Amino acid sequence: MAKGQSAELDRKKLMADPIMMTTIVLLITFLTLFILYPLAILLIDSLYGTNGFSLDTFQRIFQMRTFRVAISNTLKVGLVVGLLSTLIGLLYAYVEVYVRMKKVTGGLFKVVSMLPVVSPPFVLSLSMIMLFGRAGLITRFVLGIYDNNIYGYWGIVIVQTMTFFPVCYMMLKGLLKNIDPSMEEAARDMGASRWKVFTTVTFPLLLPGLGNAFLVTFIESIADFANPMIIGGSYDTLATTIYLQITGAMDKEGASAMAVVLLCITLAMFVVQKYYLERKTAATLTGKASRARMLIEDKSVTIPLTLLCSLGALFVIMMYICVPIGALFPTWGYKFTPLTFKWFQQVFTRYHGLQAFRDSFVLSLIASPITALLSMIISYLIVKRNFRSKGFIEAVSILAMAVPGTVLGVGYIRGFANGLFRTGFMSSLYGTGLILIIVFVVRSLPTGTRSGISALRQIDKSIEESAYDMGANSLKVFTSVTLPLIKDSFLSGLVTTFVRSITAISAIILLVTPSYLLITVQINEFAEKGAFSIACAFATILILITYGAVLLMNLFIKFFGTSRKTKEVE
Amino acid sequence: MTMANTKVKEPKGVKLDHISKIYKDPKTGKDFYAVHDVDLDIAPGSFVTLLGPSGCGKTTTLRMIAGFESPDEGEIYLGGEPINELTPNKRDTAMVFQSYALFPHYNVFDNVAYGLRLRKVPKDEIKRRVTDILALVELTGMEQRMTNQLSGGQQQRVALARALVVEPGVLLFDEPLSNLDAKLRVQMRTEIRRIQQALGITAIYVTHDQSEAMSISDNIILMKNGVVAQMGTPHEIYYRPNSEFVADFIGECNFLKGTADGSESAEGRYITRVRMPQGEVAVVTDKPYAKGSECEIVLRPEAITITDQGQLPCKVELSCFMGSYQNYHVRVGDTLVKITDNCPINKKVFKVGDRVFISFSPECAHLL
Repeated sequence: MAKGQSAELDRKKLMADPIMMTTIVLLITFLTLFILYPLAILLIDSLYGTNGFSLDTFQRIFQMRTFRVAISNTLKVGLVVGLLSTLIGLLYAYVEVYVRMKKVTGGLFKVVSMLPVVSPPFVLSLSMIMLFGRAGLITRFVLGIYDNNIYGYWGIVIVQTMTFFPVCYMMLKGLLKNIDPSMEEAARDMGASRWKVFTTVTFPLLLPGLGNAFLVTFIESIADFANPMIIGGSYDTLATTIYLQITGAMDKEGASAMAVVLLCITLAMFVVQKYYLERKTAATLTGKASRARMLIEDKSVTIPLTLLCSLGALFVIMMYICVPIGALFPTWGYKFTPLTFKWFQQVFTRYHGLQAFRDSFVLSLIASPITALLSMIISYLIVKRNFRSKGFIEAVSILAMAVPGTVLGVGYIRGFANGLFRTGFMSSLYGTGLILIIVFVVRSLPTGTRSGISALRQIDKSIEESAYDMGANSLKVFTSVTLPLIKDSFLSGLVTTFVRSITAISAIILLVTPSYLLITVQINEFAEKGAFSIACAFATILILITYGAVLLMNLFIKFFGTSRKTKEVE
Repeated sequence: MTMANTKVKEPKGVKLDHISKIYKDPKTGKDFYAVHDVDLDIAPGSFVTLLGPSGCGKTTTLRMIAGFESPDEGEIYLGGEPINELTPNKRDTAMVFQSYALFPHYNVFDNVAYGLRLRKVPKDEIKRRVTDILALVELTGMEQRMTNQLSGGQQQRVALARALVVEPGVLLFDEPLSNLDAKLRVQMRTEIRRIQQALGITAIYVTHDQSEAMSISDNIILMKNGVVAQMGTPHEIYYRPNSEFVADFIGECNFLKGTADGSESAEGRYITRVRMPQGEVAVVTDKPYAKGSECEIVLRPEAITITDQGQLPCKVELSCFMGSYQNYHVRVGDTLVKITDNCPINKKVFKVGDRVFISFSPECAHLL
């Protein structure tokens, strides 16, 4: 039985809705041009050389020892970071959900989960070097070790683990809360010990979720550029190798091919994570907890566990605090008193700090409303509407999540430096602030869309249908019903984009031109040169800005968020 | 009450011209008809119910009229105009949703005024019309409440007011009462019927609850597996069902197998004699039955009397006092027959194991 006229009618109805049509066409154009095209051009670049299509470039890069080493380095780091982060994240999540703990401990956990969000990606690398490096505060002055080498494998692993475990902690916390306590009580009731309950009930239920957390961290670790750049030393990962290949060796074809390899790795993992593990997690842990869980109060369990976690949390917090303090010392590692603001002064007097902050701030500020609105529109179309190219829009905007910043950066260089397909068309885009804004938008779009989708799924489809039925057109439905209902998601998308953009580096560092000074690029430069005090001063101001933005958002949501009036009565 | 002001402009008729909708079965990947060849003509101003078990295609049909789904075959007419190609916002319909679908970020007044504002109605007229319609649904004074401060029944009224205020050509109801408790449901359906009558509006109502359908509609369209099983007034459907499915769905029912023993005409209809192993009975039918043809007597439990002397001998298997009636299960041959004997206080009550007779008058039974 073939489908009858409905497809044709649906198409006609869509055509009768010009706003919807234009939106869809514009979206598809945007996604194709700025996500698909740069990735496609990488593939074309690496396959199509002077002598037509061939695998020559791939052969060449795989013969490079540095590249082969970089692949194995990347995977080694990713594997260990993924495992460690998942385990530590699980420990924290378990303690939070199962163990009765003091309010202070809970506060510590909250701070730890918050810090990686508001801080630029390489802050931990900076403080790692400053505390444990050759002239490290702890290594040299506390322990008296003079030749500690923190650069390299372990440096990256430790720093990345500290950066990414809070992500695992947040993911696993959500899952553990969804386990119905009565299942575990049933096991206890039948005579299982607490440990037995964990190994036979909790752990198996959580297993897909653990795999999910592991892969998410794995992908993040592989895609991470900033930390390996600063603390990697001569230990190169794929992301840094690609960067060096393009900025040092000026080998653009090689870099393209390497980027394709990196993309293939992250994409493969992403597909497993998204389409297998995430689904499995949802399948085993859909139930809502029927009631509150009996918390573990046995002191022989609670004291060691909370102590361990609190110490860990304190350590992480100390690492972050080290950055603003480091900016106050006259000379790090040699002269600690008197505390001085001279570095902060120099940021503005000698190093064009004002311009750097202005550029970063303005570009990020422009990117955030665009991203927030765009991601809400995309999620509205995906969740609430039905049309032909919906699958395409959904796939591409989610795919962007799996694209490492470095890969995107190389793709933009290859795709736009000489115009579209090297025709010169649109080549004026390259090197402008606009392309930086577009990169910011593309980098934050997947997160925004994901939050929009989950917010919209909570809302009964018939609310929008009824507005549509009353005579509202698509634009009116979106502005008068959808957007007000997902205001929180929109606002958080606004701030997330701002924070992510102002702290971004991986793609930006490849695309920025001297006419724009960006803070993160500056920090990276100073850290490379070993000028840690000035890097710390920059980073401190950056953290203050991002933290201020998050505070502002919370205030905003408190006063203008989802119908305060409706919440009050509940 | 200011009903005169809210009188609907002109109710519109709805015509479904051989409508079908094809869906893909998500498990097998095969296409199937969710709605198949539904051909209806709904008169302006009438109240029509689409009734049927879940998955019978009633909601899909309603959503095709609203425009949320497109039919794969056939054409839909609203007030004589074909509307297949119109988007929902261009159709002169208003729907009351199962979940009410009130806008949680608006108060009652703004919810109801939503459609009028879209139509660019002047401010003072909006105020007047919203006030009138809120009076009609008895929500005067609730204008400033947020929707989650209302009870389920009040939310239902807001949803109804919001649909009514735009004076649609046809009002669509998608199981609007299924989220209310039993008592409120009965109250609200009377209310809906009252308002529909007062405004003279065309209403199409979807439900799976047969008592709701009977109490509210001018006409019932009973659907099964995407096809119209029977349509008619509640009375026709209840007393003259055209199939076992319809008979059983619309209310408690007994089926007795027998053989026709000839029909004789009486006052435009027929009296058909049916022979059964236990005896012979008469049934009023619409058509004559050939002698010897197999048939089935449809009997409502309340149409049967249970006595010491009567037409068919049987044995009592269950006798249970239910307050307003005595509930019996008796065995006639191999067939179990359910009987509700109303007002048992001044009647003889039989016990399990008693040998008794059942009887019914020819016009209370129906023959399939």
